Amino acid sequence: MSEATEPETAALFTYALRLGDDALVLSQRLSEWASRAPEIEEDIALTNIALDLLGQARALLDYAAVVEGGTRDEDDLAYLRTEREFRNVHLVEQENGDFAHTIARQLFFSTYQLFLYEELISSTDELLAGVAAKAVKEAAYHHDHAALWTVRLGDGTDDSRRRMQAAVDRLWPFTAELFDADDVETGLAAQGIAVDPATLRPRWVRAISDTFATATLVIPPTVWTSHGGRRGVHTECFGYLLAEMQYLHRLHPGASW
Amino acid sequence: MTVSMSTAMSTSTATSVAHDTTALTHAWTVSCSVADPELPVVTIGDLGIVRAVDVDTDGCVHVVLTPTYSGCPATAVIRHDVVSALNDAGFDRVEVRTVLAPAWTTDWITEDGRRKLSEHGIVPPSGRSSMQSGASTGRRIDVALAMRCPRCGSLDTKLVSRFGSTACQAMYRCTSCLEPFDAIKPY
Repeated sequence: MSEATEPETAALFTYALRLGDDALVLSQRLSEWASRAPEIEEDIALTNIALDLLGQARALLDYAAVVEGGTRDEDDLAYLRTEREFRNVHLVEQENGDFAHTIARQLFFSTYQLFLYEELISSTDELLAGVAAKAVKEAAYHHDHAALWTVRLGDGTDDSRRRMQAAVDRLWPFTAELFDADDVETGLAAQGIAVDPATLRPRWVRAISDTFATATLVIPPTVWTSHGGRRGVHTECFGYLLAEMQYLHRLHPGASW
Repeated sequence: MTVSMSTAMSTSTATSVAHDTTALTHAWTVSCSVADPELPVVTIGDLGIVRAVDVDTDGCVHVVLTPTYSGCPATAVIRHDVVSALNDAGFDRVEVRTVLAPAWTTDWITEDGRRKLSEHGIVPPSGRSSMQSGASTGRRIDVALAMRCPRCGSLDTKLVSRFGSTACQAMYRCTSCLEPFDAIKPY
């Protein structure tokens, strides 16, 4: 890090935090399904996915801590930051809702993450490239899982189709934020370190449209879009998620087993 | 001096004397013989996750491991077990480092490891890992190859779930003998 300038270090820290927080928060949401999924295979699948995401989050937050200078570690970043200090998109913090909502959120996010990691493999930053090379294979399984369920529910019974479409309609406004880029992404992308998420959008829309065509679902008209997570402004449900995730760590500071 | 897998990148230069070589071979063997905590029928050497072992001039052993899945909960246990095994073998100082690149794939599981998994009723991954380069080609993971039932040998089997009892396994059911079984996913 000695050769990097201060603004570059700050940007890299923020970038690692953004990717890490997306994975961490979605992992926490998915783990809420443990023992509550519609069937045991799904219980295992959703928690497996949560575990993959947690592993990705740990690698990214650990890296963010190193880039920052080592004053904090991955646990400090996960458990001791407040709501306004998290940099995840709004999509991943949205409540699980019914199973269709969880699947819609999974489809939107895993498709984005798959394309992101595919590009990040070529990052000039060795650590980010290493995380991506491993995680891209996990994201491919996550995407496959979500796409299969989207088709099964969308092209299923009248009730499953109605609920899947309702989930898509509810979560669609949160998808635009996935492709927001500010100086952090564009600056690092120019150096070959980061991926400018805006460049992923055409492929993402195509992939979602293809899956929806098979699933007999429709992309709703965009009436409004949600933004601000990358700057630390979150939706109401996020505070409750953090309270649950951080409670034990804050109650017993420094405890280990 | 460093012993490393043929697929791994070896960085250190050799300054070997006979004594070092013996210690190194011993450290390598001990490290590789640690059992996987979740699939104890195979060793971490069988799985191909021991990337390099080095004994420095002060006698400290440096082991480089690579995780299988990002969130594999066994990783921390494996680190601990490697340190214990080397301590028991007389190496007082051990440092274990985890590296991500190049990323582990199921292709790194040895022939011996595949045989052991198979004998244990777990179908080893068939064919090459699905994403060698991460290149962006057709994105669907192909796990459509028929899995042979490890109990009755039937090919009439069905994928129940792509996610199994550990991150690396998928669940199948044999339609002939009706027994469920696990298989390691191509990764």
